[in-house]
Amino acid sequence: MARKILTEHINVPGIETFDVYRKQGGYTAVEKAIKTMTPEEVVEEAKKSGVRGRGGAGFPMGMKWGFLAKPEGVPRYLVCNADESEPGTFKDHHLMKCIPHLLIEGMIISSFALGANKSFIYVRGELMYVIRILEKAIAEAKAQGFLGKNILGSGYDLELVVQPGGGAYICGEETALLESLEGKRGNPRNKPPFPAVKGLYQSPTVVNNVESISNMPWIINNGGDAYATIGIGRSTGTKLISASGHIQKPGVYEIELGVSVEEFLNSDEYCGGVRKGHYLKALVAGGSSVPILPANLITKTAAGEDRLMTYESLSDGGFATGTMLGSGGFIVFDETACIVRNTWNFSRFYHHESCGQCSPCREGTGWMEKVLHRIEHGHGSMHDIDLLVDISKKIEGNTICPLGDAAAWPVASAIRHFRDEFVWHITHPQEATQPGAVYMGEMALV
Amino acid sequence: MEEVKPQLLKITFDGIEVEVEPGTTIMQAARKIAEADDSQGHLVPPAMCYYKPLPVSGGKCRACLVRVSAGSAKDPRPMPKLVPSCITQVQDGMVVENTTNPAVLDTRKSIVEFLLINHPLDCPICDQAGECHLQDFAFEHGSVKTRYEEERRTFDKIDIGPHVQLHMTRCILCYRCVYTADQITEGRVHGVMNRGDASEISTYIEKAIDNDFSGNVIDVCPVGALTDKTFRFKNRVWFTKPEDAHRDCDKCCGKVTLWYRGDEVIRVTARKNTWGEVNDFICNTCRFEKKQTSDWVLDGPTKVKRSSVISANKYRKDLVAKPDFALKLAATQFKPIDDSRPYTTDEETIRHQSIENNDKANHRSLLANNN
Amino acid sequence: MTESPNLVAFTPERLETVKEIIARYPEGRQKSALLPVLHVAQEQWGWVSSEVMDYVAGLLNIRPVEVYEVATFYTMYHLDPVGKHVIEYCRTGPCCLMGGEDVYGHLKRKLGIEPGETTADGLFTLKEVECLAACGWGPVFQIREQFYMNLTNEKVDQIIEELSK
Repeated sequence: MARKILTEHINVPGIETFDVYRKQGGYTAVEKAIKTMTPEEVVEEAKKSGVRGRGGAGFPMGMKWGFLAKPEGVPRYLVCNADESEPGTFKDHHLMKCIPHLLIEGMIISSFALGANKSFIYVRGELMYVIRILEKAIAEAKAQGFLGKNILGSGYDLELVVQPGGGAYICGEETALLESLEGKRGNPRNKPPFPAVKGLYQSPTVVNNVESISNMPWIINNGGDAYATIGIGRSTGTKLISASGHIQKPGVYEIELGVSVEEFLNSDEYCGGVRKGHYLKALVAGGSSVPILPANLITKTAAGEDRLMTYESLSDGGFATGTMLGSGGFIVFDETACIVRNTWNFSRFYHHESCGQCSPCREGTGWMEKVLHRIEHGHGSMHDIDLLVDISKKIEGNTICPLGDAAAWPVASAIRHFRDEFVWHITHPQEATQPGAVYMGEMALV
Repeated sequence: MEEVKPQLLKITFDGIEVEVEPGTTIMQAARKIAEADDSQGHLVPPAMCYYKPLPVSGGKCRACLVRVSAGSAKDPRPMPKLVPSCITQVQDGMVVENTTNPAVLDTRKSIVEFLLINHPLDCPICDQAGECHLQDFAFEHGSVKTRYEEERRTFDKIDIGPHVQLHMTRCILCYRCVYTADQITEGRVHGVMNRGDASEISTYIEKAIDNDFSGNVIDVCPVGALTDKTFRFKNRVWFTKPEDAHRDCDKCCGKVTLWYRGDEVIRVTARKNTWGEVNDFICNTCRFEKKQTSDWVLDGPTKVKRSSVISANKYRKDLVAKPDFALKLAATQFKPIDDSRPYTTDEETIRHQSIENNDKANHRSLLANNN
Repeated sequence: MTESPNLVAFTPERLETVKEIIARYPEGRQKSALLPVLHVAQEQWGWVSSEVMDYVAGLLNIRPVEVYEVATFYTMYHLDPVGKHVIEYCRTGPCCLMGGEDVYGHLKRKLGIEPGETTADGLFTLKEVECLAACGWGPVFQIREQFYMNLTNEKVDQIIEELSK
C-alpha cells in the first residue's frame, strides 16, 4: 500500500468530529508548531518539503510563502482556495467533507507561519453543505482552544472565516477569488501587483489550495525533509487524484507522485482499469483545462518511456505529445466517447465561465463554442478546423488570467490529436449527427 | 535643501530611446516619444479601454499588447508573454517592440477581429462614426475580412434617461463609463451586469442616470454605445466645425468644444487631448443647456490632431505610415529588378524570370491588400 | 415563498445571522458580506428580487448597483421567481460521459420543461449548471444544499416522486 498523508484516517468513523480526529493524532502539529517553532521555522519546513501548489499551477508553496511582503503595521492574510470548479476535479470537495479538521489544522499552522490573524476559506457556494461541516468543525476547534484568542496560551490569535462563493469558476483564479471575497464581481486583477504584495483589502496575501494546506500537519509532524523523500525529483509528496469517466472505480485516490499512469489506471488499488468490455481512447490527466492525450501517448511518452504521475513526466514532450498534472482531474475516455462533442462541451464551459473582462477571452471563447457546436451538429466546413486552431492561438497568452489558456488548450489539443474525428464530422454530417455516433477510424459506432 | 530628482529610467521603444520617470508605463513612454516628434505618432500602441484621466482603467481590451524583449538592464530576459503597455511600468533598460514585431501586429489584428465579431456594422447610422476609436483601430490594425459567420449578440434596449442614449450592442466593455461615474459622480447607478459575452452596461432596473456630470460618459465612450441624445442623427461629425470655447461655470471648468453646423451649435463636448482623452470633465448644464454662441466666449478653432476624420485626410496621410510588418518586410527583401539583362530564349532563364515576375506581382498584391 | 416580497425584511433570526456575517470582516470591509448575505436572502425568499437587493445594499451600506453587478455575475442567485424545488443539473463533460445527457433528457421529459422553466404546479424549476465538483459520482444534480449523485432514470423518478408528495 502506498503511503497516505491526507487520507490515512479518512475512513475512520466519526473523523469529521474533533474528538475522533484528535484521537488519531490530530492537532498535534498545531501544538508542535505554535509551542516549539517560530513562524520562520514553519516556513522553512514548507520550503524543504518541496510541496507544490495542488490547485493546478504547481508552484512551490514554500517559495510562494517566501514572497509575502511584511510591511510594519499592515495585516497579512491567508486565503484558502476551496473554489474547486475545474471539470474533472472533486478532491477538495471530498477532503473537506470527510475530514474537515485536517484543513483547519493546516490553516492554523499556515496562518501562524505567515503571521495572519484572520484567515479565510473560500468555498464554492454550491458546496453549502460542506461549508456547514467546516463551520461546525471550526466551532469545535475554537471551543478546544485551537482557534480564537491566545491559542494554546501562546499569545497568537487566529480567526477562521468560511466564505461561500456565488457560482463562478473564475473565482478559482486567485485574484478573482480575492475580488469575490471583497464582495465584488469575480474579475481577475491585472498582475503585477501580485497578491503577495497587494492582495485581499490591498494587504499582503497568500492564496493556497485546500490540498496544499492540508499537507502542512504531516509536514510539521514529520519534517519537510521526510515529505521530500516521497515522490520523484521535484514532484514531492502525495497527490489527490480525482478519477472520473469510463473507469471501473471512479473516486478520489491519494497517490505517491511517481506512480506510473499505467498502474494508476489499471490497478485495483486505484481506477481498476477502463470499464469492462471497452478500451482506452483518450485521457485528460489534470482537469478539463489541460491538453487531452490520445491512447498511444497515455502510458508511454513519445520517447517510449513509462509515463508517470508527476508534474514532469506528464508534461514530457510539451504540448505536442504531453499534457499537465494540473489539479489532478483524471478523466478517462473509452471508445464510445466522441471527442468533438466533448471538446464542444468543455468549450461551452469556458464560454459560460469567462468573466468577460478582456476581449480575447470574452469574444474568443464564445466564438470557439459556436464553431464547435456547428461542427458537432453537422454544419461545419473544413476551414473551421484551422479557424479553431487560430482562434485558440490568439486567445492563448493574451488574456488577463489563465482562463483564456484553459479555454484554448483543450480545443487545440483535441484537434492536434484527433483531427480525423473533426474531419469526419464535417465530411459525414449525416452519420456524425446520429445520437451517440462516434468516429472509429473508417467506421462509425452508433 | 535641493530637491532630489528621481533617477530617470531609459527605455528603448521600437528602437527609439527615451527617458521617463519611475512609475511611467510603456504606453506613456511611447506617447512621450510621439509628443516630442509628431512623425512617430504611429508607434504609439492603440488604447481601447485605457484612459489616462481614469487611473483604474486599462488592461482589459488587450489592444495595446507589446513585446518586451528585455525586461530591464538588471534582468535582460524577455518577458514570456506579450504585456499590456498601458499598465506595465517601465524598468530601466527595458527594450520594447511594438510596430517592429510581427507577433504583436498579428495579435493586434486578432484583437480587432475579436472586438468586431459582436459589434454591429451600423456605422452609417451611428453618431460616433468619424470619431470612433474602434473605427480607427479596425482601420489601422485590422483585416478587411471577418471569419465570423455566427449571429451577433443583441441586448434588450433600456432607457437610461433624457440625455444619454445607450446602444449596448456597440459596447466593447472598456469599463470607462463605470470608472468615470465612480470617479466624478456621487452614487453611481449604472454598472456592468451579467458576465462573459453577456456582460452589459446597465442600471439593472430601468433607472435614469441623473446627476450633474452624467454626460461625461458620452465623451469617454470609445464607440457609439453612449451617445448624446440631443445630438442624435443631427449631423455627421466630419461635416461639423469644432470651436474651443469657455464660460464661467459654477459646477465645472467651463472649458468645452462647440460643434457648429453653420452658425448653429449642435453639440457641446469636453475638450479632448491628442489621445482623445478628456482631462477636464464638464457639467451637464454646459453640455446640454448652453447651445447658443452667446453663452460662450470663443477661443478659436479646435486643433484636432488624431482620432478623428475631421483632421482632414487623416486616413490618407496615415496610410503611408501605417505600421504593417508585411509591408516593411517586403520593402526590405524586395530586390530591384535588373532590366539590363539581354533578351534570352534559354528555357531555364525564362523560368527564372517568371519566378521573379511572380514575386513582383505578389508584392503588388501585398500593397493592394494593405491599402 | 416565491412571491415578490411586499415588505422586505429579514426574519429576526436571519437578521441576527446577517449581523454575525457582517461582523466577520475588518472594519470598513462590510461589502465582503455581500455574497453570503445574498445566500441568506435567497434562503428566505427563494429568489433575489431587486427590492431584496436594495434592502441588502442598505444593510451593507453600499450602493444598489454594487449588489446588482454582483448578483448578476454569479450563477447561484435566482433573479426571477423559481419553483419550490430548483433542480440544478451538471451538464459538463465528466457527467455527460457517465450518461448525463440521457438522464437529463429523461428528467426534462418527466417534468415536461426545459432548463430555465418551472412546472405549471410551481413545484420544480430546472436549471443547467456547470461542473459541481462531483465528477466521479456523476451524473449529478443539486436541489438546494443536497447533492444527488450517480443518477439513473430510475433514481430520477424516485426523487421526483418523493419531492412531489
